[in-house]
Amino acid sequence: MFLGQVIGRLVPAVVHDGLAGVPMLWVQPLDKHGQAAGRPFVCADGTRMAGPGEMIYWEASREAALTLDPSFVPVDHAVVGLVNDLQIDPPEKKP
Amino acid sequence: MILARVSGRITSTIHHPAMDGRRLLLLDRIDARGQATGGYVIAVDTVGAGPGEMVLMLDEGNGARQILGGADLPVRSVVVGIVDDLPG
Repeated sequence: MFLGQVIGRLVPAVVHDGLAGVPMLWVQPLDKHGQAAGRPFVCADGTRMAGPGEMIYWEASREAALTLDPSFVPVDHAVVGLVNDLQIDPPEKKP
Repeated sequence: MILARVSGRITSTIHHPAMDGRRLLLLDRIDARGQATGGYVIAVDTVGAGPGEMVLMLDEGNGARQILGGADLPVRSVVVGIVDDLPG
Protein backbone atom coordinates (compact mmCIF):
# COMPACT_ATOMS: atom_id res chain seq x y z
CA MET A 1 0.00 0.00 0.00
CA PHE A 2 1.07 3.59 -0.59
CA LEU A 3 0.07 7.07 0.51
CA GLY A 4 -2.09 9.40 -1.55
CA GLN A 5 -4.20 12.50 -1.32
CA VAL A 6 -7.71 12.77 -2.70
CA ILE A 7 -7.79 15.70 -5.11
CA GLY A 8 -11.26 15.28 -6.58
CA ARG A 9 -14.29 13.14 -7.33
CA LEU A 10 -15.44 11.54 -10.56
CA VAL A 11 -18.98 10.97 -11.71
CA PRO A 12 -19.03 8.16 -14.29
CA ALA A 13 -22.09 8.04 -16.57
CA VAL A 14 -21.88 4.38 -17.52
CA VAL A 15 -20.02 1.71 -15.55
CA HIS A 16 -19.40 -2.01 -15.82
CA ASP A 17 -21.69 -4.38 -13.88
CA GLY A 18 -20.77 -4.36 -10.21
CA LEU A 19 -19.38 -0.84 -10.20
CA ALA A 20 -22.71 1.00 -9.92
CA GLY A 21 -22.62 3.34 -6.92
CA VAL A 22 -18.95 2.85 -6.22
CA PRO A 23 -17.37 6.26 -5.51
CA MET A 24 -14.50 7.11 -7.84
CA LEU A 25 -11.82 9.51 -6.64
CA TRP A 26 -8.88 11.33 -8.19
CA VAL A 27 -5.83 10.45 -6.13
CA GLN A 28 -2.42 12.09 -6.17
CA PRO A 29 0.24 9.59 -5.01
CA LEU A 30 2.52 10.89 -2.25
CA ASP A 31 5.96 10.08 -0.95
CA LYS A 32 6.37 9.20 2.73
CA HIS A 33 6.76 12.87 3.66
CA GLY A 34 3.39 13.72 2.14
CA GLN A 35 4.82 15.38 -0.97
CA ALA A 36 3.27 14.69 -4.39
CA ALA A 37 5.18 11.99 -6.29
CA GLY A 38 4.03 10.82 -9.70
CA ARG A 39 0.92 11.33 -11.75
CA PRO A 40 -2.63 11.24 -10.34
CA PHE A 41 -4.93 8.32 -11.10
CA VAL A 42 -8.50 7.23 -10.42
CA CYS A 43 -9.21 5.05 -7.39
CA ALA A 44 -12.39 3.24 -6.43
CA ASP A 45 -13.20 4.13 -2.81
CA GLY A 46 -13.20 0.91 -0.78
CA THR A 47 -14.06 2.85 2.39
CA ARG A 48 -16.85 4.92 0.78
CA MET A 49 -15.89 7.69 3.18
CA ALA A 50 -12.91 9.44 1.59
CA GLY A 51 -13.27 12.95 0.21
CA PRO A 52 -11.20 15.68 -1.42
CA GLY A 53 -8.24 16.90 0.65
CA GLU A 54 -7.90 13.75 2.75
CA MET A 55 -4.75 11.68 3.03
CA ILE A 56 -5.46 8.04 2.30
CA TYR A 57 -3.62 4.82 1.63
CA TRP A 58 -4.33 2.89 -1.53
CA GLU A 59 -3.62 -0.51 -3.00
CA ALA A 60 -3.08 -1.37 -6.64
CA SER A 61 -3.59 -4.48 -8.80
CA ARG A 62 -5.99 -7.35 -8.07
CA GLU A 63 -6.09 -6.58 -4.34
CA ALA A 64 -7.72 -3.21 -5.10
CA ALA A 65 -10.85 -4.94 -6.42
CA LEU A 66 -11.07 -6.95 -3.18
CA THR A 67 -12.10 -3.78 -1.32
CA LEU A 68 -15.41 -3.89 -3.18
CA ASP A 69 -18.47 -6.12 -3.05
CA PRO A 70 -18.79 -7.81 -5.52
CA SER A 71 -15.03 -8.10 -5.74
CA PHE A 72 -14.84 -9.56 -9.26
CA VAL A 73 -14.89 -6.11 -10.84
CA PRO A 74 -12.57 -4.28 -13.24
CA VAL A 75 -10.76 -2.07 -10.72
CA ASP A 76 -6.99 -1.67 -10.41
CA HIS A 77 -6.59 1.06 -7.76
CA ALA A 78 -8.62 1.46 -4.60
CA VAL A 79 -8.60 3.45 -1.37
CA VAL A 80 -8.22 1.04 1.57
CA GLY A 81 -8.25 3.52 4.45
CA LEU A 82 -7.94 7.10 5.62
CA VAL A 83 -4.74 8.23 7.33
CA ASN A 84 -5.30 9.84 10.75
CA ASP A 85 -1.68 10.12 11.68
CA LEU A 86 1.61 9.43 9.94
CA GLN A 87 4.49 9.02 12.34
CA ILE A 88 7.95 8.98 10.75
CA ASP A 89 11.02 8.00 12.78
CA PRO A 90 14.00 10.37 12.65
CA PRO A 91 16.90 9.05 10.53
CA GLU A 92 19.25 6.77 12.44
CA LYS A 93 22.48 8.37 13.59
CA LYS A 94 25.64 6.66 12.31
CA PRO A 95 27.91 5.55 15.21
CA MET B 1 10.31 -11.09 -0.56
CA ILE B 2 12.16 -7.83 -0.15
CA LEU B 3 14.34 -6.30 2.53
CA ALA B 4 13.09 -3.17 4.25
CA ARG B 5 13.58 -1.07 7.36
CA VAL B 6 10.76 0.09 9.62
CA SER B 7 10.67 3.88 9.39
CA GLY B 8 7.26 4.82 10.71
CA ARG B 9 3.71 3.93 11.62
CA ILE B 10 0.29 4.84 10.28
CA THR B 11 -2.89 5.17 12.30
CA SER B 12 -6.21 4.86 10.54
CA THR B 13 -9.64 4.76 12.17
CA ILE B 14 -11.69 4.80 8.99
CA HIS B 15 -10.73 1.90 6.74
CA HIS B 16 -11.97 -1.15 4.91
CA PRO B 17 -13.50 -3.58 7.47
CA ALA B 18 -10.80 -6.16 6.67
CA MET B 19 -8.18 -3.77 8.09
CA ASP B 20 -9.71 -3.76 11.60
CA GLY B 21 -7.02 -4.31 14.21
CA ARG B 22 -4.17 -4.52 11.71
CA ARG B 23 -0.92 -2.73 12.52
CA LEU B 24 0.35 -0.67 9.61
CA LEU B 25 4.05 0.06 9.25
CA LEU B 26 5.84 2.44 6.94
CA LEU B 27 8.86 0.64 5.46
CA ASP B 28 11.85 1.99 3.57
CA ARG B 29 13.13 -0.37 0.91
CA ILE B 30 16.83 -1.16 1.42
CA ASP B 31 19.57 -2.83 -0.60
CA ALA B 32 21.84 -5.73 0.38
CA ARG B 33 24.11 -3.37 2.34
CA GLY B 34 21.20 -1.98 4.36
CA GLN B 35 21.13 1.37 2.55
CA ALA B 36 17.75 2.92 1.73
CA THR B 37 17.04 2.80 -2.00
CA GLY B 38 14.50 5.62 -1.89
CA GLY B 39 11.26 3.67 -2.20
CA TYR B 40 8.76 3.03 0.56
CA VAL B 41 5.76 0.82 1.13
CA ILE B 42 2.99 0.50 3.73
CA ALA B 43 2.70 -3.06 5.03
CA VAL B 44 0.66 -5.00 7.59
CA ASP B 45 2.77 -6.21 10.52
CA THR B 46 2.47 -9.85 11.62
CA VAL B 47 5.68 -10.20 13.63
CA GLY B 48 5.75 -7.18 15.96
CA ALA B 49 8.56 -5.29 14.23
CA GLY B 50 9.80 -2.16 16.00
CA PRO B 51 11.21 1.18 14.81
CA GLY B 52 14.47 0.91 12.85
CA GLU B 53 14.36 -2.89 12.55
CA MET B 54 15.37 -4.61 9.35
CA VAL B 55 12.49 -6.76 8.14
CA LEU B 56 11.50 -9.18 5.42
CA MET B 57 8.40 -8.14 3.51
CA LEU B 58 6.20 -10.33 1.35
CA ASP B 59 4.74 -8.41 -1.60
CA GLU B 60 2.23 -10.83 -3.09
CA GLY B 61 -1.53 -10.94 -2.55
CA ASN B 62 -2.18 -14.68 -2.38
CA GLY B 63 0.54 -15.24 0.21
CA ALA B 64 -0.67 -12.22 2.19
CA ARG B 65 -4.23 -13.59 2.34
CA GLN B 66 -2.89 -16.99 3.37
CA ILE B 67 -0.94 -15.48 6.29
CA LEU B 68 -3.57 -12.99 7.46
CA GLY B 69 -6.56 -15.26 6.85
CA GLY B 70 -9.53 -14.15 4.78
CA ALA B 71 -10.21 -14.70 1.11
CA ASP B 72 -11.13 -11.10 0.36
CA LEU B 73 -8.38 -9.19 2.12
CA PRO B 74 -7.26 -6.17 0.06
CA VAL B 75 -3.64 -6.46 1.19
CA ARG B 76 -0.52 -7.32 -0.75
CA SER B 77 2.34 -6.21 1.51
CA VAL B 78 2.96 -8.06 4.77
CA VAL B 79 5.93 -8.00 7.14
CA VAL B 80 6.79 -11.69 7.65
CA GLY B 81 10.15 -11.64 9.41
CA ILE B 82 12.71 -9.65 11.38
CA VAL B 83 16.28 -9.78 10.09
CA ASP B 84 18.97 -10.01 12.77
CA ASP B 85 22.03 -9.83 10.61
CA LEU B 86 22.99 -9.51 6.98
CA PRO B 87 26.45 -11.11 6.72
CA GLY B 88 28.71 -10.32 3.81
